[in-house]
Amino acid sequence: MAIKVRKPGLLTTVQDTGRFGEYDIGMPPSGAMDVFSYQIGNYLVGNEDGAAGLEITYFGPELEFTEGAVIAITGADLPPKINGEEVPTWEALWVEEGDVLSFDYLRNGARSYLAVAGGIDVPIFIHSRSTYTLIGLGGHEGRALKEGDHLKIGEAGDRSVRVGMAVAREQIPTFSDETELRVIIGLASYRLTEESMRTFLGTTWTVTPDADRVGYRYKGGELGFVEREQPAGAGADPANVVDFGYPVGSIQVPGGVEPIVLVNDAVTGGGYATIGTVISVDRDALAQTKTNDKTRFRRVELAEALEAREARRRQMAEIRQALL
Amino acid sequence: MAETIKSPMPGTFYRRPDPESAPFVNEGDEVSSGDTIGIIEVMKSFHEIKAEGAGTVSRFLIEDEDPVGAGQDLVELE
Repeated sequence: MAIKVRKPGLLTTVQDTGRFGEYDIGMPPSGAMDVFSYQIGNYLVGNEDGAAGLEITYFGPELEFTEGAVIAITGADLPPKINGEEVPTWEALWVEEGDVLSFDYLRNGARSYLAVAGGIDVPIFIHSRSTYTLIGLGGHEGRALKEGDHLKIGEAGDRSVRVGMAVAREQIPTFSDETELRVIIGLASYRLTEESMRTFLGTTWTVTPDADRVGYRYKGGELGFVEREQPAGAGADPANVVDFGYPVGSIQVPGGVEPIVLVNDAVTGGGYATIGTVISVDRDALAQTKTNDKTRFRRVELAEALEAREARRRQMAEIRQALL
Repeated sequence: MAETIKSPMPGTFYRRPDPESAPFVNEGDEVSSGDTIGIIEVMKSFHEIKAEGAGTVSRFLIEDEDPVGAGQDLVELE
């Protein structure tokens, strides 16, 4: 069983839960940016947690199946079509040998996920099949898909019983062109003036076209740093601190303009003050914002972030239970 | 019958290959299938937008350097 890539789309990569836990060697996690949508896709087709799927960004590919298979498409509002006919998302579908999956124009959100029963069978690199395109590691040959690629699919057995299983309407996230992301303030927020912190939290920021799997860059305001004599080891830019590790989701503001949220493929450390971190649950929502969308950042405390994470865990368990 | 060329993806639309050059096409120009009519910038890469059929550019429906959404009409052809 294989998938033939007739057209690759804009940026289609093999992703799974990522290679978390490798910060000590400077390895970012990569992995599906919208974990919720990716994981629900695996539940729908009956895959084990962590089976690799495709992350499809902004503009969909054209894929041909060489054998019958159970598939599911979750995530952005990027309408899928089989042989030109629109088919439902968030539902397990059957495709026949020779069927072609394509997509209409993106309506909302930014990233769709294709799950295939058996998972995409690419070599495991440091306990993950995720693609890290910047240095060409993992996934399919370390890169985004290209026309003519063949992707092997793992052994699935007969999963036809899953066809038609769907996620309940009220469990499906909706995406709009305005998103609020919750942030924990820190680690180096002391570098920002109080007025600039108010500006940061009060501004409706615009996602720039640069936003990608490395970082989400925003424009819409200017932030100032507390004046000081830079300590030994810190650079001359007032946004600089002595080098430290960057949490996934942390926000830095080089030069005081255009905050950047570091995401799955970002550098793991450096010398820019990080003024806050987008909470893990809301990184799924961030992953579904697209260029030119509006974003606001809302301050929360750690307890709320942990509660949101627990609520998400319960919701995913409920969905999984309903799809058993 | 007027047809439009749509943007396949969101990003920033450019009518010229670089700021010093002339636009790829102007209103009134004839285009053939495969001719580049503009560029979309997104995720630090540039994507040429090509005409899928032949025709005359009757008007641009977007300004140079404007933000663009997926499926948005860019150019009207007659």
